[in-house]
Amino acid sequence: MSVVTVERKVLEKNDELAQLNRELFKKHGTFVINLVSSPGSGKTSLLEKTLEHLNGRVKVAVIEGDVQTDLDAQRVAKFDVPVVQIVTNGGCHLDARLVQDALGKMELGGINLLVIENVGNLVCPAGYDLGEAMKVVIASTTEGDDKPLKYPAMFRNASVLVINKIDLVPYLSCNLAELRANALRINPNLAVFETSCTTGSGVREWSEWLITEAGTTSR
Amino acid sequence: MHELSLAENILEIVRESVSSNGGGRLKSVKVRIGELAGVVPDSLDLCFTALTKGTELENAKLDIERCGIVAHCRDCGIDSVVEGMTFKCPACGSGNIKVISGNELQVMEIEVDDECSNS
Ligand SMILES: Nc1nc2c(ncn2[C@@H]2O[C@H](COP(=O)(O)OP(=O)(O)O)[C@@H](O)[C@H]2O)c(=O)[nH]1
Ligand SMILES: [Mg+2]
Ligand SMILES: [Zn+2]
Repeated sequence: MSVVTVERKVLEKNDELAQLNRELFKKHGTFVINLVSSPGSGKTSLLEKTLEHLNGRVKVAVIEGDVQTDLDAQRVAKFDVPVVQIVTNGGCHLDARLVQDALGKMELGGINLLVIENVGNLVCPAGYDLGEAMKVVIASTTEGDDKPLKYPAMFRNASVLVINKIDLVPYLSCNLAELRANALRINPNLAVFETSCTTGSGVREWSEWLITEAGTTSR
Repeated sequence: MHELSLAENILEIVRESVSSNGGGRLKSVKVRIGELAGVVPDSLDLCFTALTKGTELENAKLDIERCGIVAHCRDCGIDSVVEGMTFKCPACGSGNIKVISGNELQVMEIEVDDECSNS
């Protein structure tokens, strides 16, 4: 009987591929965000609103991740931006290889901002680096104000929190201040935005912040 | 549900380690999983058992070592255990902390029966 020391990361392969993606993004000066949330929090809606606000000012490309269908890619394609749909066929998260494959179907040259919409899930995508510059987590008011405490890894690994569906606050028992405080308890460094994709409130602040960030980081 | 793909990754690493050690029968695998790794140990164990069933690794035991969350304060330099999911330095109150333990997801070691007969 012998004990053999291994000490290898379970996700080492993914981390290696993510690093390759990251180098590719750097080479093209593309700023990349990994958009994560529960299903239905408004990832695609926020992306649509952001594209509408940016109105072609920066070159954006999109990778859509879904368990099934290319419905989200169809929504985004209306904005005349390059979009590649990844269908995971049951997979609960995107990984660096799926993104690498998608990048093979896309011209990154000239793209300032790449948005990767992850599969709706607050658990699994947290551990998978895709090579992005930052994770942006959306929490919508309909999910309640306790989600950061229930899914700490995601909020800890994200750099930005967008609180969406603030138009619905009057109809819910969700306390915005409490939601914000819970998120900051997990991650005091989170940049926080409040948006409504229905009224458009907060979309400008978020979008402008995003392109400033994209501009400063890719240089 | 990503425990299934994690179990696959673990088995890949295990198989490589067993063969680079000259073969033998796998008795157990020790993995280290941080509280922040987003992994449900029971699901991982279930997936591990399901994937090894009927293979040369059948009956190997998955040993899961959990590690709590420890943070290092960049302001006062103190390391502390994060309790109740409050990521703040208990000594100076700063939120400028770095998680130094809690994200682990690692295959630590394997235990192999070398004198495994060929019968
Ligand atoms: N009232 C309201 N509904 C929203 C808002 N944002 C998204 N929705 C709705 O929420 C549902 C899910 O949005 P979607 O963008 O598909 O979410 P995703 O699954 O995260 O991509 C859709 O019916 C949207 O119209 C919002 O700010 N306010
Ligand atoms: Mg969507
Ligand atoms: Zn301190």
